[in-house]
Amino acid sequence: MIGSRFINVGERTNVTGSARFRQLIAEEDYEAALEVARSQVENGAQIIDINMDEGMLDSEAAMTRFLNLIAAEPDISRVPIMIDSSKWSVIEAGLKCVQGKSIVNSISLKEGEAPFLEQAKLIKRYGAAVVVMAFDEEGQADTADRKFDICARSYRLLTETIAFPPEDIIFDPNIFAVATGIAEHNEYGIAFIEATRRIKAELPHVHVSGGVSNFSFSFRGNNMVREAMHSVLLYHAIRAGMDMGIVNAGQLTVYEDIKPDLRDGIEDVLFNRNESATECLLELSEQFRDVGSVKAERDLSWREADTAERIKYALVNGIADFIVEDTEAARLEVERPLHVIEGPLMDGMNVVGDLFGAGKMFLPQVVKSARVMKQAVAHLNPYMEAEKANFPGEDSSVGKILMATVKGDVHDIGKNIVGVVLSCNNYDVIDLGVMVPAAKIMETARAENVDIIGVSGLITPSLDEMTNLAREMEREGFSLPLLIGGATTSRLHTAVKIAPGYEGPTIHVNDASKAVGVVGNLLSDTARDDYVAEISSEYEEARARHAQSGRRAKRQSLAGARRNKAPIDWSNYTPPKPTFTGLRTFDDYDLSELVACIDWTPFFRTWELAGNYPDLLDDPIIGEAARNLFADAKEMLARIVAGKWFTPRAVVGFWPANAVGDDDIEVYAQEDEGDLPTVIHTLRQQMQRTNGRPNFALADFIAPKETGITDYIGGFVVTTGWEIGAVSKRFEEANDDYNAILVKALADRLAEAFAERMHQRVRTEFWAYAPDEALSNEELISEAYRGIRPAPGYPASPDHTEKDTLFELLDAEANIGVSLTESFAMWPASSVSGYYFSHPDSAYFGVGRIGRDQVTDYANRKQMPIFEVLRWLSSNLDFDPKDFAEKDAAA
Amino acid sequence: MTRDERLAALHAEVAQRILVLDGAMGTEVQALNLSEADYRGDRFADHDHDLKGNHDILNLTAPTFIQEIHENYFNAGANIIATNTFNASSISQADYGAEDCVYDINHAGARLARAAAETIMAGHAERHCWVAGAVGPTNKTTSISPDVNDPGYRAITFDQIKEVYKEAVRGLVDGDVDLLLIETIFDTLNAKACLFGIEELFEEIGIRVPVMISGTITDLSGRTLTGQTSEAFWYSVRHANPFSVGLNCSMGAREMRAYIAEISQAADTLVCAYPNAGLPNEFGQYDEGPDSTADYLYEWATSGLVNIVGGCCGTTPDHIRAIKAKVADLPPRPVPTIDVAMRLSGLEAFSVSP
Repeated sequence: MIGSRFINVGERTNVTGSARFRQLIAEEDYEAALEVARSQVENGAQIIDINMDEGMLDSEAAMTRFLNLIAAEPDISRVPIMIDSSKWSVIEAGLKCVQGKSIVNSISLKEGEAPFLEQAKLIKRYGAAVVVMAFDEEGQADTADRKFDICARSYRLLTETIAFPPEDIIFDPNIFAVATGIAEHNEYGIAFIEATRRIKAELPHVHVSGGVSNFSFSFRGNNMVREAMHSVLLYHAIRAGMDMGIVNAGQLTVYEDIKPDLRDGIEDVLFNRNESATECLLELSEQFRDVGSVKAERDLSWREADTAERIKYALVNGIADFIVEDTEAARLEVERPLHVIEGPLMDGMNVVGDLFGAGKMFLPQVVKSARVMKQAVAHLNPYMEAEKANFPGEDSSVGKILMATVKGDVHDIGKNIVGVVLSCNNYDVIDLGVMVPAAKIMETARAENVDIIGVSGLITPSLDEMTNLAREMEREGFSLPLLIGGATTSRLHTAVKIAPGYEGPTIHVNDASKAVGVVGNLLSDTARDDYVAEISSEYEEARARHAQSGRRAKRQSLAGARRNKAPIDWSNYTPPKPTFTGLRTFDDYDLSELVACIDWTPFFRTWELAGNYPDLLDDPIIGEAARNLFADAKEMLARIVAGKWFTPRAVVGFWPANAVGDDDIEVYAQEDEGDLPTVIHTLRQQMQRTNGRPNFALADFIAPKETGITDYIGGFVVTTGWEIGAVSKRFEEANDDYNAILVKALADRLAEAFAERMHQRVRTEFWAYAPDEALSNEELISEAYRGIRPAPGYPASPDHTEKDTLFELLDAEANIGVSLTESFAMWPASSVSGYYFSHPDSAYFGVGRIGRDQVTDYANRKQMPIFEVLRWLSSNLDFDPKDFAEKDAAA
Repeated sequence: MTRDERLAALHAEVAQRILVLDGAMGTEVQALNLSEADYRGDRFADHDHDLKGNHDILNLTAPTFIQEIHENYFNAGANIIATNTFNASSISQADYGAEDCVYDINHAGARLARAAAETIMAGHAERHCWVAGAVGPTNKTTSISPDVNDPGYRAITFDQIKEVYKEAVRGLVDGDVDLLLIETIFDTLNAKACLFGIEELFEEIGIRVPVMISGTITDLSGRTLTGQTSEAFWYSVRHANPFSVGLNCSMGAREMRAYIAEISQAADTLVCAYPNAGLPNEFGQYDEGPDSTADYLYEWATSGLVNIVGGCCGTTPDHIRAIKAKVADLPPRPVPTIDVAMRLSGLEAFSVSP
């Protein structure tokens, strides 16, 4: 349906459009990022759009590095590149890296003629084509006349003033949302098509492009209608001359296949044929809603099938309402209760497993299926116990798996999800909970005679604890498989750091969807040996590649990095004074105030639904699962708020402070004159800079002591409170793991929302340096405000041990009951802490890898033994700590 | 004659017939068997690096030899000769500790070539002799990492190499060359930086000189070292509106033909080709004789593939004489009108018609 001449531009290598790609770039996982680019080209993208516009990124450096890496990959670099940025400096950095003729996306008359022409002239000199937006000094064009006039003016300026080749100009005349209910918007569709037609007719040789998905924005949540709208728009726009677009071609309906009444309804809206067009399409669209489980629950025709079919249906659709009655019916149909498990229940779960494996079901649905299974088994249990005497030694489980969150760590949502997925595949899961020492894990493994041990952790010190566990297991002569999972774990870390310490199979499994396959292989008599050999050779290879040090950027000396600190001019700056110094605590904070501040994207990521909220609700593949999960989450939130299930608490403090000796911050919180100031030690970036960016340390954002300026720093800890344990336990005891996990995931989100809300109040009310700030939740999430709240243990301040200092300053345990584990995890887990910086130039950054010189310097400043610094910062070292010890000893 | 007058004559001449470039410079210099002292001359008598092998510095220390080689090529029938400045960039000269002399070497190279041209024209009133300022590729690349473990690393940036080229070209233009010849391009991004620098220079000094662009194909895959097809290469440099585009070096005429044909079809400008004297033998020497080379180029000319021909490694004044004899009376390739389209490229070409 799309004309063969229509050009598809690949859109997945765009940090603003793809959460996954953004994460890969933020984590500097360029190898995986290259795979994203490669698969786009393999899937038929004729041009790939690359965008690195994200606040936390050094966009110029990321653009340069990614394009340089692409240049080394012929199967990617064979196609032209679209260099996409709203910042000219990023565009120019990109143009300096591509040997081919690329396209710049985009420039416009927004800032006037002079910069427009200057940029166009340079683009021509770099040898690239250009996308020009229909945007001028007045704003974005909305009517056909304005769109055409701006494009025509741009055309004349480009071709007549600087002889820009017209065939290298691509106009983007702005596709806006229609059927919004606002009368002026009714003309937007026709305006785009009309403008396209006139541009192609009157401006020789140019091209027209556009972002198609904007058009159907009002129908978010109804993909069937959206895709049909895109298809209808393209059908007419291509005929009018549109020849390029950022479109996911796989997600378009064939124009001819759209139901005639829907097509007519869309065309009525597109061409604004009558006043009621929007209303009609809205009405019509209800008939074309995607068929989802919500509908399935209402439709009870499945109740008419036989017992086995009903059980299968209930499992696949996660409906628990009738499971006890159906299980009982099944029990009466067979000889022994065990046969219900082995028969209809396992049959149903096998279907679930197959659909999950094939990517047709998603984690939240599987956890719901598991809930149905668990309730069925719970019903059968008393009957099985009763007949146990007749069948001694029988065990229906296919394997026993011990799971635990390691010592010092308190995060367990991911582990719980994996446990649920395994248990619904008929594995017997023993969950030891959180903060479990190695000795306890080994003791239980022996006593329970388990087949596999799986451990998890979220914070970086847990990596060390896992390495320790592996060594202990070796020492005690274990040979059981050890599975490693959790947010900071990685395949490479497992291969390089954990596996070498333990002879038994040691395997990284970071994905609930993979866990079943891995466990199945490990417990299979036939597949096990080959599988273990394969993993071990894969890890061997990973270690070898790692030893060659791979794609690591060059570092500079600490002294050099300090010379390139953030250039803040203190001479003309008076730091704002907080409205109070010392501490303020908040007890029983209003939950409903926090709900509005929730950032939903990470919530969906917890459930392995990748994508940005709210766009992922409309995703053609995971959209349905996401919408159902979202509905459940909102319902649960309402119950949390109405029932006051949590009592959120916070402590916030501000103190006078100054930077000393480049990288440290002295905090003047002393109660007595004679006491020494508290010192916060910060770490400095050591990457080589070629683009004028500073090598940041947090201390840069506080006035140095020698300026004589009184500056301030703040700190906070917020928590959703202790109640979460009891609340989730209540669900667990009702065999409802789904809601147990859901409520924990929401407690985490509420803690983050609390931190966001307190930061907002700090800016407007407590520190009050931005009293008039008025930002939407989206703007808050994208950090469009002044000042930062970095946390110890995270990229800008990766040393977890600094949390100790912060907690002392805030007296957090006494004030709000949040304590630190030996690995500096906060307990209860749904807590957030951090510093407050107010300087307008303060920005988030990642310290990245640091050199030997900084480790020594930091150890001296902090008066901490070198080996401890090496341990706490093991993920940030630019060298092998083993070398350090040897060289140290040699010296 | 002013440069404008000389260029008017060039445009008239190139519309009439196939023009001939010169042949190899290095082979001719080696034949002179110069000593270290000859390379040093007076100016570099006390220089702290050996200079033997730095052919370009001879523009300063042994100018008469170089001028004579240029005159030999003119006498063999060349219409355009290239200056002896292939390695006269600060990157290449740094190997000899002569990076501070880059401007001088280029300026002197241009003056010598012009002097050769004036001498010939003084003796032959009917002749026009033109000088192209040669700009070589340097041994640095902006598109490839020299570190196999870090493909994202670059030993030189676009901005750095742009300045390197700009310095050399300034010497050539100040020395009054008629044209610039960016040659033996193995990395198109280097060439784009060079073209960018040239544009900046033109804007700065208010003079424009026509630019010839010549890539090199590394092997029989038909691609540049950085992986582009010849058509993709052309689209990458087309924005510079060059006087000519084409290929040189790397292989003999037989192996080069297919790629010259590809460029000839796609390029709406003049096409220039100057292959090596065949493929090198096992000693790395070129032994294709003058007649063989001339026969290949004759066939290209009769097939309408070329406007300017000459020789690269291993070719001598005898080769040029033989080529001149074969192509002098043949009509040049008519510059085709190419359909207007957005012509993009990665490693491969991609066109979007309006």
